[in-house]
Amino acid sequence: MIGLNHFLVLGAVMFCISVAGIFLNRKNVLILLMAIELMLLAVNMNFVAFSRFLGNTDGQVFVFFILTVAAAEAAIGLAILVVLFRNRETINVEELDSLKG
Amino acid sequence: MQNQYLAIALAPLFGAIVAGLFGRQIGRAGAHWLTIAAVTVSTVLSLDVMRRFLFEGLEVHNETVYTWLISGGVRFEVGFLVDKLTALMMCVVTFVSLMVHIYTIGYMKDDPGYQRFFAYISLFTFAMLMLVMANNFMQLFFGWEAVGVVSYLLIGFWYKKPTAIFANMKAFLVNRVGDFGFLLGIAAVLMTFNSLDYAEVFAAAPALSGETIELIDGKPWNLMTVTCILLFIGAMGKSAQAPLHVWLPDSMEGPTPISALIHAATMVTAGIFMVARMSPLFELTETALSVVLVIGALTAFFMGLIGLVQNDIKRVVAYSTLSQLGYMTAALGASAYSAAVFHLMTHAFFKALLFLGAGSVIIALHHKQDMQEMGGLRKYMPITYITGVVGTLALIGFPGFSGFYSKDAIISAVGHIDRAGTGLAEVLLIAGVFVTALYSFRLLYLTFHGTPRMDEETRSHVHESPWVVTLPLVLLAIPSIGIAWFTTEPLLFGDFWGDAIYVAPGNDPLSHLREIWHGPAAFALHGFVTLPVWLALGGTALATYVYLFNPALAATASKALAPLRVVLEKKYGFDELYQFLFAGGSRGMGKLFWRGGDQTVIDGLLVNGSARTVGWLSGIVRKIQTGRLYGYAFAMIIGLIGLLGLMVYRGQA
Amino acid sequence: MLEQIVFFTLAAALVASALAVISARNPVYAALFLVLCFFTSAAIWLLLEVEFLAIVLILVYVGAVMVLFLFVVMMLDVNVAPLKEGFARYLPVGLLVAAAMLAEMLLVLGAQRFGLERFPAPVPNPPDYNNTRELGEVLYTQYVYPFEIAAVILLVAIVAAIALTLRRRPQVKHQTPAKQVQVKREDRLKIVSMPAEKREVES
Repeated sequence: MIGLNHFLVLGAVMFCISVAGIFLNRKNVLILLMAIELMLLAVNMNFVAFSRFLGNTDGQVFVFFILTVAAAEAAIGLAILVVLFRNRETINVEELDSLKG
Repeated sequence: MQNQYLAIALAPLFGAIVAGLFGRQIGRAGAHWLTIAAVTVSTVLSLDVMRRFLFEGLEVHNETVYTWLISGGVRFEVGFLVDKLTALMMCVVTFVSLMVHIYTIGYMKDDPGYQRFFAYISLFTFAMLMLVMANNFMQLFFGWEAVGVVSYLLIGFWYKKPTAIFANMKAFLVNRVGDFGFLLGIAAVLMTFNSLDYAEVFAAAPALSGETIELIDGKPWNLMTVTCILLFIGAMGKSAQAPLHVWLPDSMEGPTPISALIHAATMVTAGIFMVARMSPLFELTETALSVVLVIGALTAFFMGLIGLVQNDIKRVVAYSTLSQLGYMTAALGASAYSAAVFHLMTHAFFKALLFLGAGSVIIALHHKQDMQEMGGLRKYMPITYITGVVGTLALIGFPGFSGFYSKDAIISAVGHIDRAGTGLAEVLLIAGVFVTALYSFRLLYLTFHGTPRMDEETRSHVHESPWVVTLPLVLLAIPSIGIAWFTTEPLLFGDFWGDAIYVAPGNDPLSHLREIWHGPAAFALHGFVTLPVWLALGGTALATYVYLFNPALAATASKALAPLRVVLEKKYGFDELYQFLFAGGSRGMGKLFWRGGDQTVIDGLLVNGSARTVGWLSGIVRKIQTGRLYGYAFAMIIGLIGLLGLMVYRGQA
Repeated sequence: MLEQIVFFTLAAALVASALAVISARNPVYAALFLVLCFFTSAAIWLLLEVEFLAIVLILVYVGAVMVLFLFVVMMLDVNVAPLKEGFARYLPVGLLVAAAMLAEMLLVLGAQRFGLERFPAPVPNPPDYNNTRELGEVLYTQYVYPFEIAAVILLVAIVAAIALTLRRRPQVKHQTPAKQVQVKREDRLKIVSMPAEKREVES
């Protein structure tokens, strides 16, 4: 049978893949945003699994809110990205260092 | 009666406030008329109080006028204790003050700070009256400090003169040393008795005479001795006793009326008055009285010696004042409080007279004070000369003059008390008589006799001073001669003082004198068979010979005694010692704290150092803030891994 | 048994597509692989009988968010080639970090802690079970305020996204309805009185 641990390990693997993705895609903000979406998905996976195995709906409610916030975040993030590209003609993260101290 | 006392104290204050704040509006004449009127009111009322005490048997007044605050059971009050001691002091203070007010009209005629000066001296009168009329330690301290402040203001009256500024700073700082002791003494009283009221303290004191205090662990000291010595340190500062005497000669930088009022007749006697007032405390401790006695005797003799070599006319009188204050202090130390206050009174008259006489000479010579440029003034200034002779004779204790009675009483008292240090004190005091005569007549001869040594132009302008100057001289000369004739008996031997002065049974040093007292005339005659009078006459004779008939001898003698002269001219090196040790030491310490503490530690390390540290740190942190997103992400994730690792590790452990 | 096969197949697909997301050359491919990720995740959630969220994931994420992603990716004229530079250079450190993290997590998430012995498999829901209904009941009662806040967040996100990307180009003509409505007659119409001209009499 499939136990809770299977789902959790799957979530962990996805999380680590997205972390690695953040490291590997230093030039492309788009892929970074996608990696973050992936990360949220991994977290959601955990929530859903726990919710089911503990017989508690609260976890699903959390996933619901995370989806909401993630959607908002994606919308604003992409809007910022568009403005950024409009101004700088690039989405290369390495060139975005105006906040350098 | 309370209203009368209030009027006595507050009239000069009113005069001072009006003359000080509205001096421009009321003008010069307005200022002097107003303040003189105010002081006259005080004087008349004070004399009235005295009259009532003497002839109407007025009760001792001890009442609180105003309660300032009550804290922890201790009442801080303003109140008047008027007994005969106070009444006497009031009369002396107001009378001398009045004389000085009048005299000032002439002396300060051309001074731009005319109104200010009148405001100050009236304020001083107020402060001094508050001091002597106090019925508690707090008000005493108030008066004590107030006279100190006015003294500071007046010594530095000519504030554009650097020496005056130096002198007033010096006076203030030296008095601070004494006042610190005084404050500690009051604190000791408060600690012991939990009260600041004279009556309560004196009533409770005998019960506590055996108490000890351990200022240093394992060394119990008599509480009363400690308290009294601390109080006496205050008196040493205010009454200029060695080694806190250094400020008084320098205070002669102030205008002469001030020298007469403050630094001769009244303020400097505050210490004497205070010790006399504290007699119930001092009587409980032989040790403290011995200290008082020895310090007074040392001051009396050695300060007189310095007077021999001074050339500034006012400084000679100033050292003479120091010496006479030494006599009073010695009398206090010998439990002869009445003799001390008696001498205080006679001295106030003849010393104010001498000072004002010196001032008159100074006016005539257009503010020249060097005796080497005087001489032969007798012809030009007869009134000043005659009053000067009177003052001098009173000062040296010539039989019949007031100074004779008081000084003889002191010497006799010291000779008839059995106390540590009496032998030394008696020798010093008797020798002091000789010295007194020597410098007094030296002053007189150098100023008024011989050939005029001033330049031709000055001499052509020399003339007698105006009546506002000579009137006080004459008015002061009268008590200088005769005040003792009818006051000696009640003050020294009668029961004039009542409870104001307490002398412990068996401690009465005046008993011998009482036996030989048969009226003033007889006493004066008897004086001619005693050593002090012959010493005084000897000193006079020596001075007459050296300075009048054979001036060349003076130069020869001063050459022969050069080492001694140098020591005296250096004033035993007190000034240099203090300059080097205390002034230099505190300057050095200040420099150390300034350079080391303030500039290096506080400014350098703490203020600028912390700023520099922050700057340096942020210089490093700035490099971390690259502005590159993945750097932050990397740091975040590394931190996450670290935290996760920690949790896993702790969970397994 | 069938369940296990389904799970592992989906899990393998999920991991593979996730890997593809982070390593794809072209952002369009990455986005499409992310869509695949969401689909497989939704399928796995169906295994867990979380039907509502599975559907929402597809509707909201795939239908809205990922379409937005794709739209942006395609709209921005991104030069793809240089963006992939340094991928090989950062590969070791990226893998190292990911591996370290995974190792730590696996230490915790092993079967001995979260296995079936500790957490028994949930009882399958009865046929008349309605996941949507159950979630809705919780959402509109216990979580009603957070729900409202979520709505506000979405509204703010909409406003923010528009405000950020909106730009007025000066050369482009556009209407201002408010001004159009407020226009008065005097602004537009000007009455000029002119004297009538006399025709010159033919001579």
